[in-house]
Amino acid sequence: MELQAVLMAAGGGSRMTDLTYNTPKAMLPVGNKPLMWYPLNLLEKVGFEEVIVITTKEVQKAMSTDLKIKDVKMKLDVVSIQEDGDMGTADALRHIQPKIKTDILVLSCDLITDVALHEVVDLFRAHNATMAMLMSKAHEFTETVPGQKGKKKTAEQRDFVGVDKSGKRLLFMANEADLEDGLSIRKSIMRKHPRMLIKTGLVDAHLYCLKKAVVDFLTENKSISSIRGELVPYLVRKQFSKTVNSQKLKDDTDDQTQEKNDGPLLISSRDEPLLQLAQERSCWNDHRGDMSEAYHGGKLRCYVHIMDQGLCCRVNTLAAYIEVNRLAPKLFEEPSVHPSADISERCQMGSDSIIGAVCHIADKTSIKRSTIGNFTTVKEKVKVTNSIIMHGVTIEEGCNIQGSVICSNAVIGRGADLKYCLVGNGQHIEPEGKSKTNILSNGQ
Amino acid sequence: MADSGVIDGPGRKDEIERAKSEGKDLTKEEKQRLRKEKKQQKKIKEKKDDKASQENEKEKKPVTSAAPASQPPTQPTVQKAPSAVPATAPVSVPASEASVPADKPTKTKAELKAERRARQEAERASKQTKKGETGQQAATSKPKAPPSDLQPVVKRLPEHIQVDNPDVLKKLAKKLERQQIPLRSDYGYKVSLFSHLHQYSRKAPLTQQLSIPSTVIHPAIVRLGLQYSHGIVAGSNARSVALLHAFKQVIRDYTTPQNEELSRDLVNKLKPYISFLNQCRPLSASMGNAIKYIKKEISNIPSNCKEDEAKNKLLNCIESYINEKIILAGVAIAKCAIEKQKISDGDVILVYGCSSLVNHILCKAFEKNRKFRVIVVDSRPRLEGKEALRRLVQKGISCTYVLISAVSYILPEVSKVFLGAHALLANGYVMSRVGTSQIALVAKAFNVPVLVCCETYKFCDRVQTDSFVSNELDDPDDLIVTRKGTTPLEGWENESSLGLLNLVYDVTPPDFVDLVITELGMIPCTSVPVVLRVKNVDQ
Repeated sequence: MELQAVLMAAGGGSRMTDLTYNTPKAMLPVGNKPLMWYPLNLLEKVGFEEVIVITTKEVQKAMSTDLKIKDVKMKLDVVSIQEDGDMGTADALRHIQPKIKTDILVLSCDLITDVALHEVVDLFRAHNATMAMLMSKAHEFTETVPGQKGKKKTAEQRDFVGVDKSGKRLLFMANEADLEDGLSIRKSIMRKHPRMLIKTGLVDAHLYCLKKAVVDFLTENKSISSIRGELVPYLVRKQFSKTVNSQKLKDDTDDQTQEKNDGPLLISSRDEPLLQLAQERSCWNDHRGDMSEAYHGGKLRCYVHIMDQGLCCRVNTLAAYIEVNRLAPKLFEEPSVHPSADISERCQMGSDSIIGAVCHIADKTSIKRSTIGNFTTVKEKVKVTNSIIMHGVTIEEGCNIQGSVICSNAVIGRGADLKYCLVGNGQHIEPEGKSKTNILSNGQ
Repeated sequence: MADSGVIDGPGRKDEIERAKSEGKDLTKEEKQRLRKEKKQQKKIKEKKDDKASQENEKEKKPVTSAAPASQPPTQPTVQKAPSAVPATAPVSVPASEASVPADKPTKTKAELKAERRARQEAERASKQTKKGETGQQAATSKPKAPPSDLQPVVKRLPEHIQVDNPDVLKKLAKKLERQQIPLRSDYGYKVSLFSHLHQYSRKAPLTQQLSIPSTVIHPAIVRLGLQYSHGIVAGSNARSVALLHAFKQVIRDYTTPQNEELSRDLVNKLKPYISFLNQCRPLSASMGNAIKYIKKEISNIPSNCKEDEAKNKLLNCIESYINEKIILAGVAIAKCAIEKQKISDGDVILVYGCSSLVNHILCKAFEKNRKFRVIVVDSRPRLEGKEALRRLVQKGISCTYVLISAVSYILPEVSKVFLGAHALLANGYVMSRVGTSQIALVAKAFNVPVLVCCETYKFCDRVQTDSFVSNELDDPDDLIVTRKGTTPLEGWENESSLGLLNLVYDVTPPDFVDLVITELGMIPCTSVPVVLRVKNVDQ
């Protein structure tokens, strides 16, 4: 077997608590499908037959009842971990280490993309890389976010990503939070790769191909708890560290302990001499202009595929959630109106709206650019524009909902007027209530 | 039954007529098979019955009792056809013969009699077809020596140089579909002289159409195919070593399924892998010889050998093949070249591109303290000479670097030309990187000796006198270069009368080559068929 897929679905959605305090992030509906269905669909399309899903008990229960997830033909091996835990993604990998027999492809449940996966995996295969990851050019979010007064953008910590001339080899990765005085690049990197492009406007898709040796390394180094936060920068730095490149045996005890720690990372395959011979005899080099051999003799290599076209979005903020609801349905050729929905004839429905299953839409309603979830009831003379309505919602007559997010099982009273609001789970909005740019929920 | 005799009769005649209409194809196949059958006639007769029953289990046609008997004469022809031969002619024959008896209603009473009679008829038919074929041969072909004396077999045109023939393409597509390997589509406008060759684009790798945890093809082979198509493993020796390394992994991960023999099943497992690698990049002559060797070793494994033993034996065979034919041969060639004073003090040696063997020789000579300098000639678009330059300069050899357009300018300084070879053909022609024949020609004009260094495992029994009939077309987009921000060839696909040609190999006539240095010694170019014959006799 070549690759095992691991889906991380235990995340809490810490940056959008208004949405996730009742529904776990993995089961948030996007285009009337649960969020984790999208990465599962991506894996299924490419040809995976089994996926290891790491998630919480709550999500596991929700998965067993969800129809869309039951539709997935792959075999899902669900591993549940404690909810309260500070279990990072790397800790989770350590937890499932006995199940891992080959190289792995780690995905996050909040990734929605239409990338051609073979681009990432080909980098991993062709260069015998230790890690290959996916990144994408970030797009500005154009929709107004409920609850956000004005266009204030929170200054998010930027990621600095350094790639080489070809744009494929990953040379440098740091988050702004970790750089206190400024960006410092080691001389050894500059000597080997004199031309480096540093990019900041990239979104990390949290899709990683890792060698099995990395998982073994994690079991020995228990201090690493997050893949993105700690493991990836560590591997990128390790590409250029001296102990990896030098082949002389060192007698210093310091170096020996470090070598022990890195031991699993550098485990060579059985036929290493043959591979060496093939590389020696091959007239290929990945760089020109200096005296070193291909890959500068380094055994640890990290690659990145940067997508510039297509959709790649991580749903970890409210703005992203709204953006994705707009774009995700366009990925699939599905009818926008579910066959079991009951829509009256005098309803005006735009073509870019989606109606879920078993809905009741009454007369004289107008639904434009919106997503309506399953089991929702919309009564007469309701105007819904640019909104996301989740499952089981009841909207009484005469309401006007614009640019809002209404969570599951909410009830909007008669004649309410909501603009750019977020209504939490199970909330009741009084009749004739007016709300603008507000977050109405229990949680927080 | 009387019916079976009547129907078999026209069936036999149909076969002979079809054989006549297929013409030379079947007769040449029959020649091959006749020779083998004469040597092993008794064994064939025994095996025929076994194979007939086996073939019928494998084939899903609704075969009646009379049909199996009529199939044996065509079964051996189907089985022994080489894999490159389109098997439609023999296949259509058993199909028609199967359909004819299938029309008859089966009668229990005379079934056994019919079977017996049909079998007798079939054996008579096979003998008659053999006689009929030999009769036809004598009639139609020129008077030749009896077939058993003819050693070299006339081969069919391989598929990869018949790309403009839609029938051949269809057969290839069918074969790949059967092996569950995706078909790689050609890219871009092909220059008319080379439209019979494949031309692929590096941006459309074959892995696009494969499932990601590849189950049909072993992951080591997928990785190898990717490395071939990206050019990460390039050069005849490197490709062979990488191929054998991947085969070692395949053999390690292989388990014999039940009711199968390792010797037969493993060979069948390797066939789709080889097709896949061929689709990624056409196989080189050295790879072809390595594959032949492995297949022979696998089929020579005795059936009573345990699986672990057999696997160990195969792994050791591969190791020893690489050791003998590549590593030690390189050492022997270097020793030969240095001791026989082919590299002497004060020499100015010209090399072209990056040949691992030539670089090895030069480095060894420098270690033995010969004083010489090297001129590295390079050409676009590969610019492999830069890599050769790096390796030589790293050792400390003083080098000059020119492009191939300056070769006639620099040749008056040169005392010897060392060339590497991709393959040595049976008529003494040297197949090497495109540009080699130019250099040999100019060197001849300047009276500079040209020495080709080549290991014997790269000798192949193909014959070619020009670089058109069989070659490799690389990605035409490699020729596009951006200088100072402008890319002149940017929209070349839109120009209807513009074609980009990126040839990989060319063929140098033996008149321009003065000596070939092999591990068997220094031989003239025309002695290649002798070496091949000696190798075949050994095996």
